[in-house]
Amino acid sequence: MSFVQDLQKVLRENVREYGMYIALFVIMAIFAVLTNGLFLSSRNISNLINQTGYIAVLAVGMTLVIVIRHIDLSVGFLAGFLGAVAAIALVQWKLPVPAVIAMVLAMGTLAGSITAFLVTYFGIPAFVATLAGWLIYRGLLQLATAATGTIIIPNESFNAIGNGYIPDLPFLGFLPGHGLTLLLGIVGIVLLVLSQIKGRRTKLAYGFEVLPREIFVLKLILLSAIIGVVCWVLAGYNGLSWTAVIVLLVVGIYHFVTTRTVLGRHIYAVGGNPEAAELSGISVRKITYVVFASMGFLSALSGILFTSRLQSATTTAGTLFELDAIAAAYVGGVSAAGGVGSVIGSLIGALVMSSLSNGMNLMQIDISWQYIIRGFVLAAAVIFDATTRRRGR
Amino acid sequence: MDTPILEMRNITKTFPGVKALDNVSFRVAKGEIHCLVGENGAGKSTLMKVLSGVWPYGTYEGEILFEGEVQRFRGIADSERVGIAIIYQELALVPEMTVYENIFLGHEVRRGATVDWNETVKRARDILRKVRLDVNPATKVKDLGVGKQQLVEIAKALSKNVKLLILDEPTAALNETESENLLNLLRELNRQGVTCIMISHKLKEVISIADTVTVLRDGRTVCTLDARKGEVSEPVLIKHMVGREIENIYPRRQRKPSDQVVFEVRNWSAYSPTLGRQILRDVSFHVKRGEIVGFAGLMGSGRTELALSLFGNAPRYQVKGEIRMDGQPKQFHQPADAVAAGLAYVTEDRKAKGLILIQDVKSNITLANLREIARRGVVNDNAEVKVANEYRVSLNIKTPSVEQKVRNLSGGNQQKVSLAKWLFVKPRVLILDEPTRGIDVGAKFEIYTLMNRLVEQGMSIVMISSELPEVLGMSDRVYVVAAGRIAGELPIEAATQEKIMELATG
Repeated sequence: MSFVQDLQKVLRENVREYGMYIALFVIMAIFAVLTNGLFLSSRNISNLINQTGYIAVLAVGMTLVIVIRHIDLSVGFLAGFLGAVAAIALVQWKLPVPAVIAMVLAMGTLAGSITAFLVTYFGIPAFVATLAGWLIYRGLLQLATAATGTIIIPNESFNAIGNGYIPDLPFLGFLPGHGLTLLLGIVGIVLLVLSQIKGRRTKLAYGFEVLPREIFVLKLILLSAIIGVVCWVLAGYNGLSWTAVIVLLVVGIYHFVTTRTVLGRHIYAVGGNPEAAELSGISVRKITYVVFASMGFLSALSGILFTSRLQSATTTAGTLFELDAIAAAYVGGVSAAGGVGSVIGSLIGALVMSSLSNGMNLMQIDISWQYIIRGFVLAAAVIFDATTRRRGR
Repeated sequence: MDTPILEMRNITKTFPGVKALDNVSFRVAKGEIHCLVGENGAGKSTLMKVLSGVWPYGTYEGEILFEGEVQRFRGIADSERVGIAIIYQELALVPEMTVYENIFLGHEVRRGATVDWNETVKRARDILRKVRLDVNPATKVKDLGVGKQQLVEIAKALSKNVKLLILDEPTAALNETESENLLNLLRELNRQGVTCIMISHKLKEVISIADTVTVLRDGRTVCTLDARKGEVSEPVLIKHMVGREIENIYPRRQRKPSDQVVFEVRNWSAYSPTLGRQILRDVSFHVKRGEIVGFAGLMGSGRTELALSLFGNAPRYQVKGEIRMDGQPKQFHQPADAVAAGLAYVTEDRKAKGLILIQDVKSNITLANLREIARRGVVNDNAEVKVANEYRVSLNIKTPSVEQKVRNLSGGNQQKVSLAKWLFVKPRVLILDEPTRGIDVGAKFEIYTLMNRLVEQGMSIVMISSELPEVLGMSDRVYVVAAGRIAGELPIEAATQEKIMELATG
């Protein structure tokens, strides 16, 4: 078979998986043209990533919640409320930053566990339980900020989480731009290529179907190019931001847990068929706790990222975050029927949605039209997903 | 007298791999009560589904004549229009709606564009009087017992001017008095000119009510007997129901179960809060090492409920009684506990409760014992593939690769995956619930051979089966379950289809 035929076959068979990447690429290309390259400038891409961060971590958690056939509407105001708690702890209680972060993350995890308790013990639908949470956390956020209004955070190290960049190393000065970012990019590419080659070898050893050699090389080149270009672009501004590092860590850990561990398998089994999972000796209750607790933890993280980015806690922080996260997850290919969805997909979904906002903002498109266009893209993504799924892929 | 209201001629209905009905002819005379009997899987329900239009015209071969006219039903609405009403075992009522709303659901009494509720209630009262159900029509259906709900169903059918009323196991969930009332009502409706077809497993009932009985076996009509001429008796019916040659599809094994009791259950009772009734009463049995114990009984007799309640009680029944493994008392709070103790349960409903259809063969096989192939919580993918391939070979699972989605496999191969999952747990007692339901003869034979291999290695097997030849062909000992109790225990030498049927229908 010729190279072109191979390529067509691979694309056809994996159209769902690659669809999101292609969509992201197309959207970015369109904005690059429409904004005369402004969209792809170092400064804007850096900005885009920082804007996406606090939604991306929510989307990661939401993916698992939807995979086990639930939903969590409370995450937005939980993030907002916990951000306000962090602000108060820093400004009024004068607690050190690490203590504040640990405390807030613990509170988030606890909040998620309470949701899980309502869902598993009382059998309340998650939609209702978390709608109650939505109201309660909204009220708590307003209470927390009632006395002072917006709480300004003067703490530089806390604010660096949402605004700062990783430091450069002096001995990398010979590299153009931000040296450490470039170095990390190169290390990333090398690790990626090595692990891909190793994986392909193992598959071959077991006699499994693998991508044809030329296609495999093309895939490696494309993936390396993406990492390389992103790092190059970022190095041209301030380098990798702390937000990007945190998001990469979260996505990396969750990707590993969901694809490689017993826990991950159990989560997807519960989503795929809860009855079969329970009868296979998996505790559906326990998995529900883990997933909602992780959602609460990530809500807290999202609250920290957002509060730090604004360098303040506001009375409306977190408004509609939950819907942005849900949209990102659906654009990224999760299925409401359960058991289907990937963490990486949801990250791409979050990037698609925030690229749209960012690009349209650069073009100074009216906010009303932004909502309408994002609505169409969300619908189109899910229609694409549903139709490709029906074809049995 | 003998004008047929219904004639079904040469009906053949095929499901993938199975001929459910093979050239069945069925004739019902106007004004009679006609009972349809046969073993589980004989084709009774399929025949009634063809008649009522659940399986529309074109999905079967043959001809249906109703009141002398050829009918081509495209759905239930069509059969209802000519006057055929069917009442299924699982009642089709809306629990949250009132009695009168349910009776007229789908054919509401209209006045212009709106529903005339006063007229509805008035008519509902008349019909309820007819079925002798003394309840306020405004009662919600969920507040009625099963017996009364059954009557509401009949009232619903009567409200549609039914000429032919079909009842599928109407007394299965009823107690003695309720059953008697229902049968009396049928007799009375019959006198008023409604022809009835009743499917029933309870032969005593059949004998007491039927004018005519048709026996189905293996998707064919065996005979039609006239009760008014005294042709019907219990032994005659049983003979016709089970009188098939047992084909030699059961591989032999060296039968040598040891005397060591591995698994024992004492005075096990279960109450279902959702159904609101006792589903198991005082069940005691034991299983020896290397033994295959058959559990026979009719559908709905409580065998699956027994297995589920013992296997960690996932349906959350209120249970009482004692479980012992190797003489040690055990308590299983969830399926995981039972698995840890060496119990495994292969469900009867592999698609809904056994497999994760959207996942691949290897993930399904390793699901119940992932820790075996994981280190510090990280799954070793290579080990997984190796394990899955071992089972693929040893159970002869026909799949292009272990990475194929289970959804794409045939029923027999899905069943093998389901079995492989539990074999990987390496259980000591394996409960198989209808292990060969809906799979072809070749795959059946493979599963029987596998069962023999397992017991020879010292595993013990509890086999729940509604196929009597299978029970007789594979078991070392047979328990018969009827209405949530052990109706009898038979050593294999003493077990015959007739005896089992007698205990199961008693």
